Amino acid sequence: MSRKVLVLGEIRDGQLRNVSFEAIAAGKIVAEGGEVIGVLLGESVSALGAELIQYGADRVVVVENEKLKQYTSDGYAQALLAVIDQEKPEALVFGHTALGKDLSPKVAAKLSSGLISDATAVEIAGGNVVFTRPIYSGKAFEKKIVTDGLIFATVRPNNIAPLEKDESRTGEVSSLSVEIKDLRTIIKDVIRKATEGVDLSEAKVVVAGGRGVKSAEGFEPLKELAAVLGGAVGASRGACDAEYCDYSLQIGQTGKVVTPDLYIACGISGAIQHLAGMSNSKVIVAINKDPEANIFKVADYGIVGDLFEVVPMLTEEFKKLKVHS
Amino acid sequence: MNIFVLMKRTFDTEEKITISGGKINEDGAEFIINPYDEYAIEEAIRVRDAHGGEVTVITVGTEESEKQLRTALAMGADKAVLINIEDDIENGDQFTTAKILAEYLKDKDADLILGGNVAIDGGSGQVGPRVAELLNIPYVTTITKLEIDGTKVVVTRDVEGDSEVIETSLPLLVTAQQGLNEPRYPSLPGIMKAKKKPLNELELDDLDLDEDDVEAKTKTIEIYLPAKKEAGKVLSGELADQVKELVHLLHTEAKVV
Ligand SMILES: Cc1cc2nc3c(=O)[nH]c(=O)nc-3n(C[C@H](O)[C@H](O)[C@H](O)COP(=O)(O)OP(=O)(O)OC[C@H]3O[C@@H](n4cnc5c(N)ncnc54)[C@H](O)[C@@H]3O)c2cc1C
Ligand SMILES: Cc1cc2nc3c(=O)[nH]c(=O)nc-3n(C[C@H](O)[C@H](O)[C@H](O)COP(=O)(O)OP(=O)(O)OC[C@H]3O[C@@H](n4cnc5c(N)ncnc54)[C@H](O)[C@@H]3O)c2cc1C
Repeated sequence: MSRKVLVLGEIRDGQLRNVSFEAIAAGKIVAEGGEVIGVLLGESVSALGAELIQYGADRVVVVENEKLKQYTSDGYAQALLAVIDQEKPEALVFGHTALGKDLSPKVAAKLSSGLISDATAVEIAGGNVVFTRPIYSGKAFEKKIVTDGLIFATVRPNNIAPLEKDESRTGEVSSLSVEIKDLRTIIKDVIRKATEGVDLSEAKVVVAGGRGVKSAEGFEPLKELAAVLGGAVGASRGACDAEYCDYSLQIGQTGKVVTPDLYIACGISGAIQHLAGMSNSKVIVAINKDPEANIFKVADYGIVGDLFEVVPMLTEEFKKLKVHS
Repeated sequence: MNIFVLMKRTFDTEEKITISGGKINEDGAEFIINPYDEYAIEEAIRVRDAHGGEVTVITVGTEESEKQLRTALAMGADKAVLINIEDDIENGDQFTTAKILAEYLKDKDADLILGGNVAIDGGSGQVGPRVAELLNIPYVTTITKLEIDGTKVVVTRDVEGDSEVIETSLPLLVTAQQGLNEPRYPSLPGIMKAKKKPLNELELDDLDLDEDDVEAKTKTIEIYLPAKKEAGKVLSGELADQVKELVHLLHTEAKVV
């Protein structure tokens, strides 16, 4: 059964976030041959429409309005509902990002629909669109279907592979004008704390430090390793509590959930609350001087040793690899 | 001020998880107040102490949720409400829970509603914003600071590590993020007092809701545990050789770099 699917593209610092392309790939599966329509909301965003199409959208609808310059749930919901009203889709897919998490339940409530949040996979099985999602802090998984009405899901970044970019793909980018009114929340200030460069929740490689890093300066070798691998730096709560780094880097049950291809844990003991944020990473490397540390139980590869010796050596070795390949 | 807290009783995910009969095995497991809801309860008590009023903690659950409601009362909440759905509904989802909560709240003139930003077991983060939308009031999720001045509210929210400062007004729903406060432990006198505080039990009937009104829109068809990881490879030998081997393995065996 083919379906018309709307996929919300998400823009950060003037660029489409990777998760938008992953959401399109998910949308393609849900569509079963039907049309996949990208949606872009913002002040001046239509130029990004072409890229959504290159990643697999058939066409794109943009709503441009100065009141959409910054995300607010009221503004975005009004714009999106207008697009939904025009297109009458049978399915919606968003990224499970701060924005997607905040917006999707409001839209679902407005449409009286179900919502499957934080999906890590989607497939067609037994005539159903089946989503897989982690539950119990990543210790178990459930497969879920929508039984009534609109199919609506958010997808966790870094789990569903985007389609190959095809620069020859073209499609229509149309615009819809929507009056945005009565914004009940107003953003007065944004304090940027998250590190520049690679976004932690979307990074393919994460180099994380714990209390074993011992100081703010101790994070320097980790930053160098992350830079060589094009990755992001993360941390345990132990390191954040000790003020070696900002809480924006915290990974775990009360921090960010990451699923990179490669997670390198340096001086992290592997407490259960930390594992909740990273145990679904594809490959985990642990560097810890305590051979009994719990982190080795979830690690694919481990080195027992002093991180201040091991990390710089690793950086050098990866540099060599990059030169050779 | 009329303050409500949405509280979920959750499985303590520090526990070992096993599956029996296609379901998460709850026998003998530890149940707790969802950790983010503890922040919500604490904040509610502080707002009441600063501005006056009353804190009511509500949960949609079963008789077993009474224990967590009593704990919230012992922390300092004034009243508790259990909406007991045990006999009425078999399959629920976030649509169900939010609809029931909103139906209860719609004529309560709430000034402030607090919840957790996500439940550590179900993990969807849907219930708070859904309830706000159904009540047609604004909401702010993952907050780390709440300042109220009359009906004017300034909230700081965590957005993937950045902070947004947001101006809004009551009535309002907020969901708590770590960092909002340090939840207190119930004191012994608090625990004694809690025994005498009102804990009201309602059923769907009392809310003029039918099973059909709240029928789930989604269904879980399978629950499973992640494939057991093979024991990892802890390398050995000279440190320099271990590092070389690791890079080689990541490149050729794991193929992630
Ligand atoms: C409700 C709740 C929520 C929580 N949420 C989170 C969360 O989201 N994220 C999180 O991370 N934690 C969280 N925690 C905290 C968690 O329980 C642990 O306390 C924390 O993860 C420990 O951090 P750590 O591993 O850096 O520190 P430690 O446990 O102190 O481990 C430090 C490790 O470094 C090693 N080490 C020391 N020096 C070196 C060296 N030179 N070279 C190599 N290794 C070295 C040590 O052997 C040790 O294993 C939470 C706790 C609670 C109660
Ligand atoms: C009748 C019924 C049957 C159910 N059957 C199943 C089942 O078979 N399988 C299954 O997996 N789940 C079942 N559920 C639970 C349901 O799917 C969700 O767990 C629940 O709706 C909350 O979603 P969540 O865990 O994603 O919470 P989130 O949306 O992540 O929670 C966020 C916040 O919302 C508030 N909140 C959440 N739940 C409640 C609550 N119950 N009461 C008060 N406040 C709350 C809390 O403040 C919480 O911090 C059932 C629920 C009901 C009502």
